[in-house]
Order: sequence, then C-alpha cells, then structure tokens
Amino acid sequence: MRLVLRLPLHYIARNLWVRRLTTVLTAGGMALVVFVFAAVLMLDAGLKATLVATGSDSNVLFIRKGAETEIQSGVARDQAALIESLPQVARGADGAALASREVVVLNSLPKAGTGKRTNVPIRGVTARGLQLRPQVRLLSGRFFRPGANEIIVGAQVARQFAGVEIGQALSFAQRSWTIVGVFDAGRTAFDSELWGDAEQLMQAFRRTSPSSVIARLTAPDSFDVLTAAVAAEPRLQVEVKREKKFYEDQSRALSNFISVLGITLSVIFSLGAIIGAAITMYAAVATRTAEIGTLRALGFQRRAVLIAFLLESLLLAFAGGIAGLFAASFLQAITISTTNFQSFSELAFSFALTPHIVLNSLVFALVMGLIGGVLPALKASRMKIVDSLRAA
Amino acid sequence: MDDRSATASRVASATPADALVKIRNVSKSYTRGEQQVPVLTDINLDIDRGDFVALMGPSGSGKSTLLNLIAGIDKPDGGTLWVAGEDITQLSESELAGWRAATVGFIFQFYNLMPVLTAFENVELPLLLAGLSRRERRNRAELVLDLVGLADRMEHKPNELSGGQQQRVAIARAVVTDPLLLIADEPTGDLDRVSAADILSLLDRLNGELKKTIVVVTHDPRAAAAAHHLIYLDKGQLTDTNPHQH
Amino acid sequence: MFFLKLVFRNALRARLRSALTVLGLVIALVAFGLLQTVVRAWNAGPESASGARLVARNAISLVFSLPIFYRDKIRSIDGVKSVAVSNWFGGIWRDERSFFAQFAVDAPAYFGLYPEFRFAASEWQDYLRDRRGAAVGRQLADLYGFAIGDRVPIRGTIYPGNWEFTVRAIYEGRDDTTITRQFYFHYDYLNEFLKQRFPRGADRVGVFLIEVDDPGRAAEVARTVDAEFANSLAETLTETEKAFQLSFVAMIETIIQVISGVSFIVILIILAVAANTMAMTARERLSEYATMKALGFGPGFVARLILAESLVICSIGAALAIALTAPIARGFFESVGKQVFARFDVAPETYGYQALAAIAVSVLAALVPMVRTANVRIVDGLRHVG
Repeated sequence: MRLVLRLPLHYIARNLWVRRLTTVLTAGGMALVVFVFAAVLMLDAGLKATLVATGSDSNVLFIRKGAETEIQSGVARDQAALIESLPQVARGADGAALASREVVVLNSLPKAGTGKRTNVPIRGVTARGLQLRPQVRLLSGRFFRPGANEIIVGAQVARQFAGVEIGQALSFAQRSWTIVGVFDAGRTAFDSELWGDAEQLMQAFRRTSPSSVIARLTAPDSFDVLTAAVAAEPRLQVEVKREKKFYEDQSRALSNFISVLGITLSVIFSLGAIIGAAITMYAAVATRTAEIGTLRALGFQRRAVLIAFLLESLLLAFAGGIAGLFAASFLQAITISTTNFQSFSELAFSFALTPHIVLNSLVFALVMGLIGGVLPALKASRMKIVDSLRAA
Repeated sequence: MDDRSATASRVASATPADALVKIRNVSKSYTRGEQQVPVLTDINLDIDRGDFVALMGPSGSGKSTLLNLIAGIDKPDGGTLWVAGEDITQLSESELAGWRAATVGFIFQFYNLMPVLTAFENVELPLLLAGLSRRERRNRAELVLDLVGLADRMEHKPNELSGGQQQRVAIARAVVTDPLLLIADEPTGDLDRVSAADILSLLDRLNGELKKTIVVVTHDPRAAAAAHHLIYLDKGQLTDTNPHQH
Repeated sequence: MFFLKLVFRNALRARLRSALTVLGLVIALVAFGLLQTVVRAWNAGPESASGARLVARNAISLVFSLPIFYRDKIRSIDGVKSVAVSNWFGGIWRDERSFFAQFAVDAPAYFGLYPEFRFAASEWQDYLRDRRGAAVGRQLADLYGFAIGDRVPIRGTIYPGNWEFTVRAIYEGRDDTTITRQFYFHYDYLNEFLKQRFPRGADRVGVFLIEVDDPGRAAEVARTVDAEFANSLAETLTETEKAFQLSFVAMIETIIQVISGVSFIVILIILAVAANTMAMTARERLSEYATMKALGFGPGFVARLILAESLVICSIGAALAIALTAPIARGFFESVGKQVFARFDVAPETYGYQALAAIAVSVLAALVPMVRTANVRIVDGLRHVG
C-alpha cells in the first residue's frame, strides 16, 4: 500500500499561512515545550561532557575501597608505594612511575554576586600530576612553585566566586595562600577546583597520606589486567577506576536528578501542547467542512484527506520544534554552577547542543503533532460527503 | 406595473416633507490594493414614509452598499443622508449605534440569529437596548412572535427551526422595537418557493397593516413584485430603465 | 441577567473545544502548583529550626572535624546552657536510593537539646543501654518499615566497614511540623572503633550543638565561641541552626531557581493554548458579533462578551485545578516525594498564584480578539463566513 500524498503540499501549507495567528499560537505552545525538553537534554549532555572530558582513557584513579569520592578517601603511603610498583603503571623517561599522589580537601568560598559560601575542592597536585593532565593549560599568571604557599584557580572558580583574583590570598589551614594563576582545564571538572602543591597542602591539613593516586596505564587496555592485579594483592585496600568512569560515576546522582525531573516536566508540558494542537486541528476541520466535502466529491479519497490534515498538524509541530530548538541553542551561552550531591562540592557546567538532541527534539515535536492531530484528521476523513456539503 | 419604476423618486423633491429617507449626492468607494474603486456615484434619492421599495441591479451595482448606508452600518465618502429629519452622516459611531437600535430593523439573507438563544430570546435581544422592564420585554416579544405566527415555537433554538421559520424569527426581531425603517438584504435569498412566499406576504402585511417603511435589496422577481417601487442601480448609479420591462 | 446567559451558553457551545481548553488549563495549573510546592518544600527545612540552638563546625568546611576536647571549653562559655556532639555517618543501608540521615551522637546530652523528639521511657532506657543501639524517627520507621529489635546493617563510606545496629527506640515528634526522619546511634561506639582502627580519626566530632540560655544572645554567644578557637588548629564557625540549614539549601539554589522558572513557562504554554481558542472562537463568530453591533450594541458590549467568556472558561479550569492540586501533591509525595521531603504541603499562597495565573491568562488570551472584534466594521463582519 503506497502512501501517496494526493493533495498538494502547498494546499496544506497555505492553510496554515492563512490563519496566521492560530498557527503562531499553536506552534508557539509547542516551541515552548520543545524548548524545555531540549534544555533538559542539553543540560544533562553538558554535565556529562564536562565530567567525561575530565578524565583520560589512559589514566586510572586509585581510591580507598568503599569511598565514593576522593574527599572521603585516604590511601596510606605504603599502599601508594605498592601502587606505584605495579607493572601496569607506566614509567616516565627517568624510570619513575607516572603516578601522582594527590590530596583533595574542601574549602568554602563566597560566590560572586550572592556572597553565599559553597564548597570548592582544593587539589594538591605534583609535577607528575600536571603531566598526567595535558589538557590543562595556564590562562594567566603562572603555576605555583613547589614548596610555596601558592595556589592556582580553575577558570570556572575565577568566574563564579569572589576574592579569587591573582595576587589575592586565601586563608585556610592556618596559612595564607597566594593566588598566582588561573588555569583552563578544557571545560572539565578541574575548572571548578583550586590547585596547589600536594606536599604543602598535606602538611597544612596535617595529613600523612594522600587522598588518591592518579596513574598512567602502560596501555589503555591493560586496565583489566590491572584490576585483577589489585584484587589479587591482599595488602592493597584500594579500588581502581578509569579516570573517565570515576568522574562519570560522581555525577550520576545529579545527572539522574536532572534527567528525571526534566523528562517528567517535558511530558506534562507536552500534554498542554498536544491539547493546543488538537483544538486547532478540530477547528480547522470544522471550518473547512464544505471544502472537505467538495474535495471528496471531486474524487479525492478518504485517505488523502486524512493524510492532508495529519501533515498539516505535523508541519505545525515541526515549525514549533524548530523554533524551540532555535531558542534553546542560545542556552549554550549560559553556565550553571551548582553543588554536586555526591562530591559535596561545586561544579560548573554548561548546556551542550548535540545533533542527537536536535533529532530527539524534532521527533518529540512531531510526536506531539501526531497525537494532537490524529483524531481531528480521522474525523475529517470520515465525514459523509453529503453532510459536509450541506453544512456549507 | 412598470409605472413603479417611473415614479421612483430619484430626484430630490422640492418639498421633501413626506420623505422618510433623503439621500443627497451620496458617493462611496472602496480601496482595493492600490486603486480606488467607486461603488456609488452621486446618488440622489427619496424614500417616502410607508413605502415598500426594492433596490435592484446586477451584481456589483452597489445596491447592497446603498442599503448599508441607509441602515447606518456604513458611512458615505461624500454627501448627506437624512432619515426622519436627522443627518445620520454627522453621527459618531456610538451615536449611530443608538440610532440604529431605535430606528432600524434588520433582516438578513442568512437570518443572522444567535444560535445559542431561543427564538424568544433572539427577539428579545434588541429590547435590551431599549431599557424596558422584563415584563415589558416579554409582552412585546410574545406579541411580535405571534404576529409572525411562531408563538408555539418560541422556546426553540434556531437549529431546530426551518429556514423559513428562522427568517420569520428574524423579522419578529426586526419589528419588536417598532422601528421606523425595515432594512432587508436578500430576505428570500436562501429560501424555497413556499417559504419565500410566506416571508413576502409577511413583509407585505407589515407594510400594509403596520405601515412599516421597508427597503429591500433583492434579485428575486417575486420580492420585486411585492414591492411598491423599484429602484435600479447599475455601476453605482441610479438608472431609469427596468431591464426587464414587459 | 441576559449578558450572563449569553456568556454561559456561548462558553458551553463548542463542548469539545471548551472541554479541551479546560483540560489544558487544569494540567498546566496543577503542574504549576506542584512545581511551586516542590520549591517551597525544599526551602521549608530551615523554617522549623530553633533559634535557641547553635551549630559549631570547622570553619574551613563541614567536611573537616573538630577535636572533642572543645566540648568542655564551650560549655564553660557564659550563656551556654549545654553542649552535645554529632557526627554525620553517611552510610549506605540497602542501596544508594534508600537514603536516610545517620548520626553518631552523645545520646543523653544530644536529646536534651532536642525536646521535640519524644521517647517512650522504656525504649529510651533500652537505647541507652545498648552500645549498638539506634533511635529511629517515626517518619523514617514508617518509610522503610523499621521496628524495635530490627538489625540494621549499614555499609560505611566515611567510616569504612560493615556496621550493624539494633533499633531500640522509635521516637515521635512533638507536633506535625517536627521532622522525624533521622537515625541516631552512639558516638562512643563509633569512637571506640576509630581508636582501634584509625586512631588519628578518633576523638573528633563533626559538629557541636550548643543550647543557649537566652535566644536573644545567640549571636553574641556564637561570636564568643568562634573567638575562643580563633588562631587554633581547628577554627570554628558557629551559627544558628537555621542559618546552618539555610546554607545547605543554598547549595542547589541554582537548580531550585530553574525549577521555579520552569513553572512559569508552563503558564506561558497554556496562555498560547487559551489565546488560540479565544482567537478562533471570536473569528468564527464574527458575523454574530457584527449583527449585534448592527442591532445597536456598542463595541464595548461585544468586547465584554468575549472577555467574560474567557473568564468563565478559565475559572472552570482554575477551580478544577485548585481542587485537584492537593490530592495530586499527596500522590506525588506518597510515591516519590517521601524520599526527599519530610513534608509536602500545598501552601495557600500557591492556590492564590494558581487563581492569579488563571485570571491573567483569561484576560491576556481575550485581549487580541476583544480589540479585533470591537473594531471590526459591521459590513465586513456581516460578510464574514465563519
């Protein structure tokens, strides 16, 4: 059975144009729903993009077994040494392990504008740690000197918080730490952190052991071997994860929250838009009753009428979808900064529009148009010719 | 029969004391895109009190426009229009509204009844503008519905009535305020032969017994037959001749 | 009145269209009410906090602990009535989803500060006697079905290991506003474990709870406490309990603001739908309105007809929405909301906003049709075939 569109497309399109106000209002309602839908998807994509980009496939993270975040974790020095001796850990040119013992603690800073204090992670890194993260580069100022009470701030911290300019000092752990630079970590979670010298920070916070160990794998696929080796070693009470997966897991709660909330809202809103489409299409059918009768009398099949009205509804929805997407695309300029439930610290991320989201949003719009338009279209196609002509 | 065309008072009479409607040098044009299309050109016409006049002419002759001007639902571009001694071209929109309520009764080709109101309520509608009490409104409405022979159908909605019955309700509505002038635009245009005849005889009674001045626009020769005077228009101007003289 | 008769009959004329419009209104207004309630419920936590209690935590971050020997020092400060300790345990019971708050506290002192928690005398004694005992709030017990005598295994995250507690008491709240969703076990039990396995972490507390003699002196006492420990290894930040809870709310402020903003988008959506309905309806009835104008009714009259009809439809929608909001909120709470919120009440203001939104929508939706119809020339309107 071929689905042939007998009635010309310009008949359908022109009907929408003639009743412009109605078309604009109906499509506008749909555009709003698509906007919300796309915005949620974009927010989640942005969150994932930030976190996923935060890790590298070749890096792995060791934290204490049972700890979910680096902040909860502590890896004793002897264990750290054991980790560095594992054969799956790559070695640098100098023969030393490409591993970085890092300490992560939280500090609270006032947000620019509101002045409300929220938690910001402070990461003590080593020279090795900088090597393991090639995506990090200096935006302004300089790197901290090893052994000095200096810190550099991530690009998002510089943007979202007050009192973090180069030259200003932060006071914590009974020391004063001078801010000497701003770094860009390619829109990843690191952008929301403060970095300093690991040894200095550990001393200041009176910690004898680091929070975690970051290491480079000899080869990306030696991960499974590494996991097996760690499990087999009874002295090691650590868990190992790929850096990418670690950060992804960290955001799972937040991501789920956003997705569930957003999709629920979109579905509820879509009901409103579907009702709007149904009202419009029913009215269109009622107004063009005589027309429909005439077309049928001329010889067009019921199916042609059905398809014509369905297409009108779909065209309406499509226009709304495009408009909604267009508006949503502007969201990409906005950055959201909020507390990640799991890590208890601030995370900044943005809206990301992907081709996948564009497709999903348009499909969503078309589905709305289909559901809203199907009953009126059926009504139009089922009308008896004589009844519709008499109504003229 | 043909004399009626000759005696149509096209020209202003010297003593227009009797004329209910006096039209002097009236013209009207519409703007279509870039152009000004003249619809009526320099119309001069009197209509006497108690007369039954039919405006006739081919499509586009301007007869409906002239009717609209007389009824006060449109304004001429030039000229004056006197009804019962009042120049209605000088009235503002809101004054015209009040004037229409008091002076004119409308009968349309497609009845133009309110679908959500019963026959009785449709007839009652213009009385709301007259400031009458509920009882007075009821009395009058029942009276005119009886006059048109629909007393037993008062509580029916328009979609429960036939075309002819609907038009009779419309006529009842048109006379319930006891207007000076009854204006009808193709009153029989949508009716079958029998109903049309009914309506015309009703109009005839209204004119004969109740002395209502009636102006109709029509294509229908039977309507023309019911009228006392025929006025012809062609291309926006009054013409002398009845094209169907016989 | 005739006017009302016309308005009502016209409103109910196209039944399917009016019904769909009302349905859309109800959905949108209920969604709006629900979202507003979520925002309120989230911000409501701090409302029930006491003004006579202070919370002292590590000045750097809540994540850092304070030494327990601070307790005696704090107790000796003028204006302080009593001091208790609390450590956030943060363990996982069944799975990550079945979350509830667990605290290690010094029981007699702690509950002395919280008279709103009511214990049955015998359960209280049992709780104190069992070093592995746990006191569970009534709302929490109802949520997960905890009963006296139940063994509750919890996997520690901050304090590693597999822990097990026994429910010895279920406490009630003083009144409806008291939140009883907590799980309290003994600080001493935690501390013993730490002394053995992680000595460096022992004798530390998460926060001190301080009761002041005179709530009016709360700010002053807070300052004194902080001054006492300034320039030490662990500086304190002392604030009222309400301020403390507000700082949590502020953390996901952005998301709450987004939710609040989105709730207004839904109003826009329904405005589009309602405006469309009114516009179509007015256009279809143009010849009727023109007839009325011809009969002598002024443009104001027909404009008022349209406005009144819009108000009628939106009022029906608003009434239904307001009636349905509370039951739907209840349903939401019972199914999903309980996990996150202790209470989920629909505020009277929310109903007010819903009504306001309905009125605004009805007026705005009618605006364009009102103006168009009032201004249409009679002759054009009569010619119009709806």
